[in-house]
Amino acid sequence: MVIQNLRLPFLDSCVALLAACAVLLSAPDASAQEKQDKKLTITGASTAAPLVAEIAKRFESANPGVRVDVQTGGSSRGVNDARSGVSDIGMVSRALSKEEKDLKSFLIANDGMSVILHKTNPVQALTREQVIDIYTGKISNWKEVGGKDQKITVVNKAEGRSTLELFLAFFKLNNRDIKAQVVVGDNQQGVKTVAGNPGAIGYVSIGTAEFEVENGQPLKLLPLGGIAATTANVRNGSFPLARPINIVTKNEPLGLVKKFVDFAQSTAVTDLVKEQYFVPPAR
Amino acid sequence: MQPVQPLQSVTSAHTDRSLQLTLFIVSLVTASVLGLIVLFIFRETLPALSGPGMLRFVTDESWHPLENQFGMLPMLWGTLASTALAIFLATPLGIGAALFCRYFAPRPIVRPFRALITLLAGISSVVFGFWGLTVLVPLIARFEPPGASLLAASLILTIMILPTVALMSEAAINSVPESYSGGAAALGLSKGATIRQVILPAAKSGIFAAVILATARALGETMAVLMVSGNVVQTPGSLFDPIRTLTANIALEMAYATQFHRSTLFVSGLVLTFVIAALAIAAHRVEHRAGSHHAA
Amino acid sequence: MQPDSSVSCAPGLMAAPSVAGSTLLTAQVHAKLSERLFVAAVWLAAALVAASFLWIVADIAFHGFAKLSWSFLTEAPRSSGRKGGISTILVSTLLILAVTVAVAVPLGVGVAVWLSEFSRRSSRTARVINIALDVLAGIPSIVFGLFGNAFFCVFLGLGFSIVSGGLTLACMALPILIRATESGLSAVPHDWRQGAAALGLSKAAALWHVLLPAAAPAITAGLLLGIGRAVAETAALVFTSGYVDRMPESLMDSGRSLAVHIYDLSMNVSGGDQAAYASALVLIGLLIVINAVAIQLSNRFMKSRIQPA
Repeated sequence: MVIQNLRLPFLDSCVALLAACAVLLSAPDASAQEKQDKKLTITGASTAAPLVAEIAKRFESANPGVRVDVQTGGSSRGVNDARSGVSDIGMVSRALSKEEKDLKSFLIANDGMSVILHKTNPVQALTREQVIDIYTGKISNWKEVGGKDQKITVVNKAEGRSTLELFLAFFKLNNRDIKAQVVVGDNQQGVKTVAGNPGAIGYVSIGTAEFEVENGQPLKLLPLGGIAATTANVRNGSFPLARPINIVTKNEPLGLVKKFVDFAQSTAVTDLVKEQYFVPPAR
Repeated sequence: MQPVQPLQSVTSAHTDRSLQLTLFIVSLVTASVLGLIVLFIFRETLPALSGPGMLRFVTDESWHPLENQFGMLPMLWGTLASTALAIFLATPLGIGAALFCRYFAPRPIVRPFRALITLLAGISSVVFGFWGLTVLVPLIARFEPPGASLLAASLILTIMILPTVALMSEAAINSVPESYSGGAAALGLSKGATIRQVILPAAKSGIFAAVILATARALGETMAVLMVSGNVVQTPGSLFDPIRTLTANIALEMAYATQFHRSTLFVSGLVLTFVIAALAIAAHRVEHRAGSHHAA
Repeated sequence: MQPDSSVSCAPGLMAAPSVAGSTLLTAQVHAKLSERLFVAAVWLAAALVAASFLWIVADIAFHGFAKLSWSFLTEAPRSSGRKGGISTILVSTLLILAVTVAVAVPLGVGVAVWLSEFSRRSSRTARVINIALDVLAGIPSIVFGLFGNAFFCVFLGLGFSIVSGGLTLACMALPILIRATESGLSAVPHDWRQGAAALGLSKAAALWHVLLPAAAPAITAGLLLGIGRAVAETAALVFTSGYVDRMPESLMDSGRSLAVHIYDLSMNVSGGDQAAYASALVLIGLLIVINAVAIQLSNRFMKSRIQPA
């Protein structure tokens, strides 16, 4: 509607004016090339960003003069930016898909995923079928699985999140069949939603859930297939629902990029991985 | 009005003309930012709009981008419902707060109260969302789970747009010449009657502009709504149903979307822009008519 | 609320001497009643607004106060913000704001002056710009962010930087600022303009000495709303000024703003809640300071130009 009202010459002159500004402003930076060898840009998954930012800080102090800028924006951005060269390294909080195998990926941490309930919920375990029935809406009251007479609030993740894909794949569910009452984005939103609703069921990263339970959040982690949802079980590989946190590069890493990748995979950052409630990969 | 300080009398018409030219260019640059943003959105939506079946946005029953379902209507209804409710609540509250500030508040309260409203305007939407998620949603959930709902979203939006309505209404009310209320008082009208029959009608167009701006803000609000609305794609049937707004949809999925999906998210941004444009044009029609009426 | 129906509600009136006198009295009582109701409604609205504000602030203060200290303001964040402070983030926020204000104020006031003083209200261009402004005000902030990223960061080559963030926020703050300035200017009585013209003032001088000072409170209000919106903005900044929480060395550095920091702490960093609350408190405090300064400046500007009546 607006467009019809804007006469074309008017728009044209606007664009021309701005283009002129653009040319004036974007004078080439002489030292840009020089900076390239001293600066890394890393973009991608918001889950991985806090960890990689901390790794970057330690990397900077170990290599004076080097700057590592970490930007968030999601796993697919990590893939796209690394591929297009906008960033030197991408962060991806899942395994690379078949179409993404052109990239080189490097594991920096593991992350388990657990089904969580509110602490006051008497239900101690759910079978695989029960979880599926709850998420598809066939079971809508906790008393049907041995709990209180209470409506179930199903908390699901938004489309495109790697945790959702992992969850769907594990339970062989189709997202269209899921009847959720709340859809959340980031991990902590899931934690807070379940902590604030006694009838809720959700799934979040095990490390953070463990931390929140220790700090008095009213949550409960459910075992999966009889295996307790603990970081220890993620580390030893027995817990079935887990995902890798990767950093990716377009080509075989060289120079500063290689130095950073090696650093991020070394034991020098193990404490940082733990500090962010992820599980360090076996070295 | 009292005489102005003695001034250097720069009367040359030349100054005025160059000033006018400068200002015109400034206006042009600013307007072209909009042009650019709209062009940008169009460019990004091209893949989705040029592909087969634009009707899918209307006819697909729901939104499952990973399974090629792109029905946008439920989210549009969710957006409109939450905004309408928020405007319905915020307009009387905001005008009330403005009147309070101007006419009823005891003197020592006026400045703190105004400062409070200005502060409310500056509280980060994330903070509202945070508060909504940890206080408001559990509170609603106690009565009617899941708590994250149309109601929660509307209430948060109400609080968020209140300052816009209140501050701009106050400015509009303040701009009504003193002589109006003086005249009304001379006629023996009470304070309340003066306000209702003289002040508010005179400040009408300013208040109207405030409401329009607030509506636009409510339609465009993202982070706070995302945190409290439940984000389930469905047409809301009651106040306690979770909804997903178009903006929340963009924020939830943009970072993860690629190609066609990404493009469809821009389509939802475009839809929103159109809704707001329609609103703005309608408002200008009304204002224009009111203005010409006034002049006549 | 018909006058006659309220007779039954006010039995005391039955003692009135004549029918005519009674209706007059009824009307008065009715007027008094509706006056009371009106006043009560206004007070109720004000109380509700104040209560919801205090509830939110009390909640934030309750959770964040323990964490708040001088060192919280002066230390750099450690462990993704769980430990340490927010010094670097404060600096980035202030720099972004400075860029926003430096760009938005001249542009915003300029456009508003042009619209209200130099263009005929009904002219096509003025109307297009006016509508454009309202549309601009309603574009979702995340779309601003994506635009800012595509235009400022990539097309103009400014990269993830404080400048990009500030420019993007300026785009967002402009509509509010222009609208407010415009309404402030249009509220200045016409006699003033004629008076200024009669004194032989050029339009420019009249603007600088009469109109703008008179509109200063409205401009300030608009600016504060705009700044409020800008400071509170998250979605647009993630894509433009970025996520880096290092101390910025220049305006071309990427810098994380307070709102982005709060979002990250509350949504991505487990155990970050307390720091998030404390940061939110700082953000509110920052706004109090900005408000006080802005109102002071506008008062001084107003007084310096116009003799008190």
